[in-house]
Formats: sequence, C-alpha cells, structure tokens
Amino acid sequence: MKQKKAVRPQTEPSAQAVALLEKPESQFKEMWDSLRENKAAVLGLIIIAFLALVALIGPFLMPFDPDQSNMSQSFRWPDGTHWFGTDQLGRDIFSRIISGARISLTVGLSAVAISLVVGVVLGSIAGYRGGKTDTVIMRVMDMMLAIPSILLAIAFMAALGKGIDKAVIAIGLVSIPEYARIVRGCILSVKENDYVQAARVIGNRNSRIIFKHILPNVMSSIVVRATLGISTAVLDTAALGFLGLGVQPPAAEWGDMLGRARGFIFTAPYTLIFPGVAITVTVLAFNLLGDGLRDALDPKSRKN
Amino acid sequence: MVKYIVKRILMLIPVLLGVSIIVFLIMRVFSPDPAPIVLGQHATVAAANQWREANGLNLPLYIQFFNFVKGALTGDLGTSYYTKTPVMSEIMARFPATIELAVAAILFASVFGILIGVISAVKKNSIFDNAGMFLALIGVSMPIFWLGILLIILFAGTWHLLPSGGRIDPLLQPMGGTGFYLLDTLASGDMEAFGDALRHLILPALALGMSSMAIITRMTRSSMLDTLNQDYIRTARAKGISEHKVVSHHALRNAMIPVTTVIGLQLGSLLGGAVLTETVFSWPGIGNYTVQCILKSDFPVVQGVVLLIACVFVLINLLVDIVYAFLDPRIKFSRKEG
Repeated sequence: MKQKKAVRPQTEPSAQAVALLEKPESQFKEMWDSLRENKAAVLGLIIIAFLALVALIGPFLMPFDPDQSNMSQSFRWPDGTHWFGTDQLGRDIFSRIISGARISLTVGLSAVAISLVVGVVLGSIAGYRGGKTDTVIMRVMDMMLAIPSILLAIAFMAALGKGIDKAVIAIGLVSIPEYARIVRGCILSVKENDYVQAARVIGNRNSRIIFKHILPNVMSSIVVRATLGISTAVLDTAALGFLGLGVQPPAAEWGDMLGRARGFIFTAPYTLIFPGVAITVTVLAFNLLGDGLRDALDPKSRKN
Repeated sequence: MVKYIVKRILMLIPVLLGVSIIVFLIMRVFSPDPAPIVLGQHATVAAANQWREANGLNLPLYIQFFNFVKGALTGDLGTSYYTKTPVMSEIMARFPATIELAVAAILFASVFGILIGVISAVKKNSIFDNAGMFLALIGVSMPIFWLGILLIILFAGTWHLLPSGGRIDPLLQPMGGTGFYLLDTLASGDMEAFGDALRHLILPALALGMSSMAIITRMTRSSMLDTLNQDYIRTARAKGISEHKVVSHHALRNAMIPVTTVIGLQLGSLLGGAVLTETVFSWPGIGNYTVQCILKSDFPVVQGVVLLIACVFVLINLLVDIVYAFLDPRIKFSRKEG
C-alpha cells in the first residue's frame, strides 16, 4: 500500500510531482482508469448522463405542458395517458418530473459552483497566508458551521425571497466552509514541499504559485467533495422546495411538488411517489460517482 | 486536560458571538421589513411605524444588536411578534419534544448502524454485506421528508398500524412534568399514555435516524475492516481464540473509537434534520416551530432558536472531541488546535 501511495503527488513531492504538474491531466487519467473498474461509479455516471440528457432535451420528451393546469383532469391515477398520474391541478406528473430534472441539476451544479469558487479562494488564502488572515477566515467558517446548514439555508431564503436564483445562492453560501476547510488543509500539507518553495524562490507571484503549483495538486480532493456536494445541494434544493421556500409556482421542482401534494397523502399517494424517486435517484447517482472517485484516488479505501 | 477543555469552552464565545452576528444580519439587515407581514398588507404607514417603534426596530442596527446580545446573555431572547410571549418560554415549551425525537433517532441509528456495520465487516462481500451497503447508500440518498411521507403512506395510510403525526393523543397528554412524554407518562405510571407516546415516536424517529444510520453503518464497517486487518487481531486468532471472541472482545472496542465520533457529530446534524421531520409529522418541536416563524418573519423567535441550536451544536461537537480524546489516548491535547 505504501508503494502505491508513493506515486501520489500529494504525499510525495518529487521529480514525479513536478512532471505531473507539467501535464496535470495525467492525474485525471489515472483517476479515470481506476474509476472505470468501479461498477457502481460507472452506474452513477450513466444515470448522471441520462439525467443530463433529460434536462437538455426535456421539452421534446414531455407529453404535456408541465405547467398547464387542467382542473377537469385533476387526480388521475397513473394510466396509459398520464404515466405518473396527474396532480391536484390536473398537471401531468411525468412531464413535471422531466421538467424538474433541469431545475434540480441547474440548482445543484450552480450552487456547488458558488461554494466551490468562494470556498477554494478563501481556503487558499487562509492556508497560504497563514497567521491572522487564516485565523479570521477560518473562525468565520467555524461560525457558519455552527449553524445546521439546512437551517441557515432556510433563513437565507426567508431573507432573500423565493426563486431558483435565490435558492442557488442560499445553498451555495452554506456549503462554502466545507470547501474552504478542505482546500486549506490540503494547502497546508503541500505548501512546505520543495517544489512550492522552489517556485517561490524563483520569484513567482503568490497567486501564480497557488493556481499553477498548489491547486492542481489538491484538485482531486476538491473534485470528490464537489461531486458529493452536488448530491447534498440537490437534497437541500428539494428540502427548501418542500418547505415552500424554493421555486416560484408553477415551476416544477421535485421538492416543491412533494410539499404541495402533502395534503393528499392518503387520497392520492402516487403524487408523492415519483418526485421522491426522482430526487433519490439523482442523489444516489452523484453519491455513487463521488464514492467511486474517492476510492479511485485513495488506495486505502480501495482496499476495502 | 482541564486546561484543554477550558480553552475550548473559551473559544466557543467568539464563535457564538459570530453566530449571533450572522443570524442578526440575515434576519434584520437582509430580510424585508416585518411590519407589513405582521400587521397585514392593509396596515397604515403610521401603524407600521408605531409597531416598529414599539418593537425597537427604528433604533440604529448596532443598538438593536447590542440589545439582542445583552438580552441573550441574561437569558432574555425577546418576545414573539405574534404571541407576545417571551421567546425563551416558547422555546423551552418545545425543546423537550425535539430532544426526545433526536435521542430516539440517534438510538435507532446507532444500534442498527453498528449492528449492520459489524456484521457486514465480518461477513465481507456476503449477501448480507452487499444488502447492508445498498441500504446504507439508499439511506444517505433519500430525502428525510420523502422517507417520512413513505412511512406515513405505508404504516398509517395502508396498514393503519401507527399514527401519521402529532406526539400523543390529546386526551392522554401528561400534565406538567419534564415535557419528555415518555418519561412523564412512565413516572405517572400511565402505561396507556406511554404506549401512545411511543407509537407516535416510532415513525418520526425512523425517518430522522435513517441517514445517520446509513452513515454509522458505513463508518462501522470500514473501521471494523481496518481493525480486523491489524496485527494484534492476527495474534489473537493465532492464539486460538474463537472468532466470536476476537470480534466482540478485541476488534470491536478499537473499531468503535471513530464510530463514537461519528455518532456524536450525527446527533448535532439531527438537529438540522429535525426541521424537516417535524414538519412532515406535525411534531410539536422546535424545528417545526422555527419554519413557521421564519415564514411569518417572527425575527426574535428565529434569532433565539438558531442561537440556541448553534449552542447545542457546538457543545455537542466539543463533547465529541473530549470523549474522543478519552477513548484514544494517542491524541495529545497540546498538539491539537481548535
């Protein structure tokens, strides 16, 4: 196991690490090769590709207008016409699920993008600068971590008001500390390495050292965290929607659909089945891929 | 050790002060004016202004914040905009319900999580292991509120086995006492009420505990596998000790160290999950109440609840660190930074 570890640039800065830096994609190639052998991760990847396709060409797949209510058709049990039945306003649930894929993936990816960018920048500064800057940034992160994230997101939504864009901001904001912590930790562990010192000695600017020499080496941990982060973001989006704090009606967001159908739990239980399945499958796919990536990068967990 | 604990407790002060700043900023600075929401849209400008004046919302922000912190230090979190009752008493009336639920959930999660995790590790790659890991994966992927809905559809709607919401039949509700219905009914010897409270608790605790159970299962399995590969386990086996004894006496104790930490951290995150579970099951706890107050812009209540939850959350994390240090003598306090 130790021998395997030695090829990883994070733990052993050497000529090899420098060589890897010149060609950073080779790290991803290694990851990809290992990932391909992991059946669960491949399954996750296939589901994600499928969801992405549905989100892209969704409008062509929908048999009905997802937002068009038709009271004469309300609460129809699943049949040949309405595969997943219709909801309280007579809207086709199958079409709404398809329409919701785009919302969930958009919110999930954009929220992670926000927390990733801000978290990486803050974590890099804290880890690289150290001292007072580090203390201030990380204490603020601790403060945010002291509030359960869903509660914080709810409070943000209450302040910002409803809407997809606001959900993205709320969910993105609450996850910043996680990324900041990971990046800071990684940077602390690589910043004293010889190749970073060398880059400093030859007079590189700090930002260049961080972006060109340090971040590529902590990228893999960030990718894993971000993949798992998407599943959390999808869950949080659904939770906000369920509480009535997510999208503006009539937008078809899976959690919102569940929240609105709650009153019909005993009369029309099917209205509460399919949106939940959609959320679970999406979250599951990103979890499978995230776990696979982590195993691909960490020989220790691959052993198990 | 004492020095370490005192240092950690002192470090909580700036964190909690920061939490109050964050909450204050969100609720008082970024939020819309609560007056039209509380008074209704047809309130006159004069009435709204008078209401703001009465609730101290016309004061400069820093004075509002100062008053909030000063009150919080003396246990006064202000009064609700709607009911005019002190926030502290509103919270205390609901907190036992949430604690009862969270404790039930973490008990369920720990018992089943450790059990499934240990068996999965011992019978690695068996059908049980694969099924257990699949269950764990589903457990972390399912939204809590959807699991709650499914449980209600099955156990309440289809099989009529358990109630779909609430904490106890109103006719059986215990008077006074601690607010923990299981304890109160047991203390008064009212077994019918105890049974009813227990039946009400099962589904919410299952829903809330499921994702924690999944995480504990995975942690136990991987920690157990690590431990079973250690040299001292091989030695124990070589000495001819039965496999059962090797697992239960030698491996389990060491494997449980990281699991304890995870259980503690999960207890903290359950407080967040309680917001959703309580909403699904109309559980009269603090989470359900908070959501309603956020929707109504009842700022004093939201500030109080979030601050309180943050306090509990950081205290649990501190306790987890201390327990961890006790369990694992390799940890040196002096080297550890906050």
